Amino acid sequence: MNRSDLEALAQRELQRQQAFRCRILCCASTPCLSSGATAVYDAINAAIKEGELDAEVQAVSTGCMGPCSRGPMVTVQVKDEGEFIYEHVSPEVGRQLVAYHARSAAPPAEELPEPLRTRLLPSDMPFFAKQRKVVLSNSGLIDPERLEDYVARGGYAALAHALREMTPEEVCREIINSGLRGRGGAGYPTGLKWDMVRKARGDKKYVIANGDEGDPGAYMDRTLMESDPHRVLEGMAIAGYAVGADQGYIYVRGEYPIAAKRLERAIRTAERRGLLGSRILDSNFNFRIDVRIGAGAFVCGEETALMASIMGRRGQPTPRPPYPAQSGLWGKPTLINNVETFGNIAPIIQNGAEWFASIGTAKSKGTKIFALAGKVATTGLIEVPMGITLREIVYDIGGGIPNGLAFKAAQTGGPSGGCIPAQYLDTPVDYESLKALGSIMGSGGLIIMDEHSCMVDVAKFFMEFCMDESCGKCVPCRVGTVQMHRLLERITDGSATLQDLETLKELCVMVKETSLCGLGQSAPNPVLSTIQYFLDEYEAHIRERRCPAGVCTLEKTPVTEWVHA
Amino acid sequence: MSVKTSPPPRARSQAVREHPSGDPRFNLIDRTLKRFSYQQDALIEVLHTAQETFGFLSDDLLIYVARQLKLPLSWVYGVATFYHFFTLKPQGKHTCIVCMGTACYVKRAAEIVAALQQAFHVEPGGTTADGLLSLSTARCLGSCGLAPVLVLDGEVLGRETPESTLERVRQLLLAEQSDAAPSANGDAMHVTNGGIHEPI
Repeated sequence: MNRSDLEALAQRELQRQQAFRCRILCCASTPCLSSGATAVYDAINAAIKEGELDAEVQAVSTGCMGPCSRGPMVTVQVKDEGEFIYEHVSPEVGRQLVAYHARSAAPPAEELPEPLRTRLLPSDMPFFAKQRKVVLSNSGLIDPERLEDYVARGGYAALAHALREMTPEEVCREIINSGLRGRGGAGYPTGLKWDMVRKARGDKKYVIANGDEGDPGAYMDRTLMESDPHRVLEGMAIAGYAVGADQGYIYVRGEYPIAAKRLERAIRTAERRGLLGSRILDSNFNFRIDVRIGAGAFVCGEETALMASIMGRRGQPTPRPPYPAQSGLWGKPTLINNVETFGNIAPIIQNGAEWFASIGTAKSKGTKIFALAGKVATTGLIEVPMGITLREIVYDIGGGIPNGLAFKAAQTGGPSGGCIPAQYLDTPVDYESLKALGSIMGSGGLIIMDEHSCMVDVAKFFMEFCMDESCGKCVPCRVGTVQMHRLLERITDGSATLQDLETLKELCVMVKETSLCGLGQSAPNPVLSTIQYFLDEYEAHIRERRCPAGVCTLEKTPVTEWVHA
Repeated sequence: MSVKTSPPPRARSQAVREHPSGDPRFNLIDRTLKRFSYQQDALIEVLHTAQETFGFLSDDLLIYVARQLKLPLSWVYGVATFYHFFTLKPQGKHTCIVCMGTACYVKRAAEIVAALQQAFHVEPGGTTADGLLSLSTARCLGSCGLAPVLVLDGEVLGRETPESTLERVRQLLLAEQSDAAPSANGDAMHVTNGGIHEPI
């Protein structure tokens, strides 16, 4: 396939889609599937068949549409009339949707018959209006299992452009100019990393997409891989061209079987069409991608541990330097980026670095995907421009805290991040501001907590996680996390003294500064940030033996009390 | 000169189906081994296939994989115990995985685990004495919008409460007992055999 074949394929697919008067898009990503989306899709297809509407109405199973708590989601696109988004669609409602929208003219939304009217989401709903979709621009609109759908929306055009019009050096320069930073959490400038691997000497180089999303409460990478797998592959292929690699790996979490299946399928289709494999788009560039399934280890999100896991070993990190850019997989120069970072590449090449740099703040460019969860009215997956305030995310996009309760804290960055209290709700969300608050951007988990969440208990929860997930290689992390967890357990069961709080703080600093890899270095973050902002809660547990949120039982007494008695 | 070629290939394919171990499931592992041309780097992929096929990684399986990949058994054992996904113990007939990710935790998933623990006398990561129910917890199932989430026999269930979960599991086990009633002995035998493992 060459560039004109690609354009012809896009044209053909667009014409095919425009032949339908009405397209019914049914979300088929994991959250909607667990609320019964398969039955809805089948019912809609059956209704189309029964009504003999095959020529006019098309049902498409797509990726994630965003508001996962409102699933199963269905979007109806009617020619000349616009888009209608429905929530909580049951098979019965699905059949009614087909019957209603298949008729030629639809009355305005207020005149919709029940139960469609109550399930229709207003088109100006802040959940959608406040978002800016760059990486997820296809998500929810295309069938992830069809290459044609992706190509019709401009897919692989960026790869064709890069191969034809740009040198590897120019590609790296473009990414540097765009200001894109790694979306895995640390925020290292992506372009610089690419340039480093490009300049590294080596006959063989590798590209790795990190899809080992171990952070509990985060599922951005999975959604992207499930909803738009070709975008990730295209980003990786462009990276391969830029750094001079001919082999790529996508490391997918073992808990994500659908994502792995869709990626495998996407790779096979792309190879068959000459968009991956050898002589891509009739150029001299060869690039193969293989999927590697992880086996459940949080530490494998760390790049050196991830490479060990790809090589079939225990996922234990190694000290850096040497950095993967010099010596990575099998000792060869290796580029590792997060899946979401690769999702940004095609739009940057297609629209130019200036366009991308115009979104976001001075130092954090572009958009960020967050998995909004916890105590908010609408939970789900959102993509927002950098610099948006937390208040907008919680109250406009998320629809506020349910049951009339007050916002207490937002937790970002999972076990490596921290909690942001209510007084900082107006902080812009970007790498620097979050870091200044003692949290991190992280991979994109955003958990909202209300008054019924005990912050000491939350800190204990994350510490337990880090304790279990510590790989055991370095002492500060292996022993420190256990000791910190014990101290937190004592605070929550009532047997702690004020001295324990001091010991906890000391340990936090020690573990943070002496651990080998990111897991240990960031494990104390949730404790430090909750001590910083919610010290009164810690003190209430210790001094008054009372849990302000009513979560902890505090049934024991400090040993000092009964020893002297 | 014409040579009759049809009988030998048939005989050979017969031979391929008969695995030396006598267990045809090993053929699936061999297929994965061949796909990765017996490269030692493919260890995790091979273990994935082995667990998918056998349900858990017995000592025999680990020895088999180690021999085939020419790796020390300690290495294979080290990898198999490092990753949470691999289990070295046989699983119960039904599995219940409760998500303990942050979103589920904030929405009180711990209470569901405690309720199950108390009602069925099983620790997370363990199996009931009758081998019917395995309880485990997961880090995050990525369905945070539906928190708290659990997976019962492969089916993802969202917005659970301790009561609704207990009810579901009870129903499941009740159906099991009424099914098993006519051949209760046979079933019990099957479970104990699966539970006892004899190393070679």
